[in-house]
Amino acid sequence: MKIITGNDLKSGAVTWWNGAAWSLHVNDAADMGDEAADVIAAEEAARRVNGAYVIEAEQTADGIRPAHIKERIRALGPTVRLDLSLDPTATPDKVL
Amino acid sequence: MYLYDHYDQAMVDARVAKFRDQTRRRIEGTLSEEKFRPLRLQNGLYLQLHAYMLRVAVPYGTLSGAQMKMLGDIADKYDRGYGHFTTRQNIQYNWIKLEDTPDILADLASVEMHAIQTSGNCIRNISADQYAGATADELIDPRPYAELLRQWSSFHPEFLALPRKFKICVIASDTDRAAMRLHDIGIQIVKNEAGEIGAAFYVGGGMGRTPFIAPLVKAFVPLDELITYSEACLRVYNRYGRRDNKYKARIKILVHELGVEEYSRQVEEEFAHLQTLAIEPPLAELERIKTFFADPAYEADLSDDLDLSNPAFAAWVKNNTAAHKTPGYAIVNISLKPIKVLADGTKEAGIPGDATGEQIRVMADLAKTYSFDELRVTHTQNIVLPHVRKADLFTVWEKLVAADLAEANLDKITDIIACPGLDYCTLANARSIPVAQKIAERMADKAEEIGELKLKISGCINACGHHHAGHIGILGVDRKGLENYQLLLGGCEGADTSLGKIIGPGFDEDGIVGAVEKATQVYLANKEGEERFLDTYRRIGMNPFKEAIYG
Repeated sequence: MKIITGNDLKSGAVTWWNGAAWSLHVNDAADMGDEAADVIAAEEAARRVNGAYVIEAEQTADGIRPAHIKERIRALGPTVRLDLSLDPTATPDKVL
Repeated sequence: MYLYDHYDQAMVDARVAKFRDQTRRRIEGTLSEEKFRPLRLQNGLYLQLHAYMLRVAVPYGTLSGAQMKMLGDIADKYDRGYGHFTTRQNIQYNWIKLEDTPDILADLASVEMHAIQTSGNCIRNISADQYAGATADELIDPRPYAELLRQWSSFHPEFLALPRKFKICVIASDTDRAAMRLHDIGIQIVKNEAGEIGAAFYVGGGMGRTPFIAPLVKAFVPLDELITYSEACLRVYNRYGRRDNKYKARIKILVHELGVEEYSRQVEEEFAHLQTLAIEPPLAELERIKTFFADPAYEADLSDDLDLSNPAFAAWVKNNTAAHKTPGYAIVNISLKPIKVLADGTKEAGIPGDATGEQIRVMADLAKTYSFDELRVTHTQNIVLPHVRKADLFTVWEKLVAADLAEANLDKITDIIACPGLDYCTLANARSIPVAQKIAERMADKAEEIGELKLKISGCINACGHHHAGHIGILGVDRKGLENYQLLLGGCEGADTSLGKIIGPGFDEDGIVGAVEKATQVYLANKEGEERFLDTYRRIGMNPFKEAIYG
C-alpha cells in the first residue's frame, strides 16, 4: 500500500493521512493509490502539513508497517525512547 | 565570562522579533515553506524525523549557571524534558513546536543566548578548548580570541552565503582537546622563537565524507592581525570554493585541490590587500573583551590534599578531574554517559549527551555554588565545571551521584561520542545510540582495565559522531535497507591527529559490538607498558585486529 506522511506545520508532529484528515497514528493511514499527489498539494497549500510525501507500507496483523526502518521509527518513536511513543505496544523489535 | 553589551542584546532581540513575525506569516500562509525554510534554518530550527529540532549556540562551549538553568527550563517547558549536548559544544532539542519557537528564542535572549548561525552555509558557532582559562598547560586563555571571532563572524554580511558551512576552533595548548585540526580553520595560539604570542592557522580540515587533517597554512600570525588573516582565509574560500557540488564545497576540498602552497599564496595576497583596509577591530575592543575573562577570585593557599578513602569517589577523582592551574582547585568533568546497574546485575547505559531538565538545573546549581558560576560543554558531549575547590570535590561528587551524573568514565571505552543517528536524524542511515549503549553495557566491567579508548559513532557519512577521529570509530550505513556498521581503527583528534582506517566488511548491530570487544582483547593481549589502545594499534598495525575479528 501507499500511504502519505508529513509533519504538522505548527507542532512538527509526525502525521498520517487517513483519507479525510491527518492522524498521529500510523494505523489510521489510508491506502492512497494515485490520489496522493493531489492530497499533498491541497494539504500543503492549506498549511495543515509540512513536507508531505508518499511511502510504501504493508498491512500486517499488528497494523500498518512502513517498509523502511526510517518511517517505522517516525511512526513509533525513537527506539531508544519508546517511553515517548504514542503507541503503548511499541518495542524496538516492532520498529525494526 | 563575556556579557552582552547593548549592541549584542539589541541584535539578538531584533532577530527574535523578526523570527516571530516570519513564523506568524508562515502559519498564516503569507510565507511559503520554500521561503520560510532558510529563515528558520538561520535560527537553528530544523525539521527532523519526529518534530522540529532547535539547535542552540553555546559560544566556545561556555555557559553561566543562569544560562544552563534556562536550557533545563526550556527542556521541561517546550520539549519533552531533556536536551542533547552535541559534538559542536551546543545543545539540541528534539521535540520543538514551530509555534513555540519565537517564545523559546525570547527566553534564550533573556539570558544572552540564541540559535543564530547554528545552521546554514555561514560561520558556525566558534568552538574552543573546554579547559580554557583553567588549565596550566595553555599559553594564554584563548577565549577572548574566540569571542572576538564570534563577534566578527556574527552577521558578517560577506560570509552569510558561503559555498558551505564553516567551522572555526581556537585553542592555546599543545594538548588539543577540541579536535582543532579537524575544523575548517583551526587556530592554535603559539609562541614564536622571539617569544611573541601569535596564532598558527591550520586550514582545510574536516570530517564528513572526505576527511582531511588541516595542514598548517601559516605558522605565526600576530594576534593583532587575527581577524584580518581569518578574513583573508574566508575570502579566498568564498571566491573559489565550489558551489556546483555540495559534496565538494567545503574549504578542505579547495585547499586539497589547489594545494596548500597555492592556497596560502592566495591568502597572503588577500591578506596584504586587507591590511591596507584596516579591518582589524581596535585593540580597545580586544582589551574590553579580555576583562570578561579575567581569572575569578581564587582563594589563595588552598590545600591540594584530598581524602580518597571512599573508593567510588577516588575512582571519580582519578578519571573525571583534571589538574587546574591554581593550587587547591580542580577541573571537574561531568560524564553524560551514565551506566546504571539494575537489581538483577544487568547494566543499562544512557544516551550519550542527553540530560534531563532537572539534571541540567543540577549542573547549573553546582556551577553557581562551586565553580564561579561557570560551565563548559565539551565536544565529547560532556560538561565541565572548570574551577572547583578540591575541598568541595566530595560534596560536588555526592550531588552528582544523587543526580545520576557521576559516572567515572571520562575518555574510557564507555565515554562514547554518538550522533543522534536514525533515531532522530533525517540524514542518518543507521542508528548510533543503541550501538553506543550496547557497547557501553558490554564493556563497562572492562573499561578501567582498557584505560583510555575514545570510541566514536556516526549514523551516516556526515560524521557528526566524529567516527574518523575515534581510536575505534563506527560508521553506520544502509546496506540494502538494513543497518550495517563499518569498523575503523586508529583515528585520533589530539595533538597527534590521525584518521581511522576501515578494517574490513561491516557488521550488523550485534556483530559490531562483538567486533569492538575483540579489538579490545587484541589490545590487552599485545599492549606493552603503559601503552594506550591507540599506541598499541600504531605499533602493531591493523593485521592482528583483522585476524582476531574476521579470523
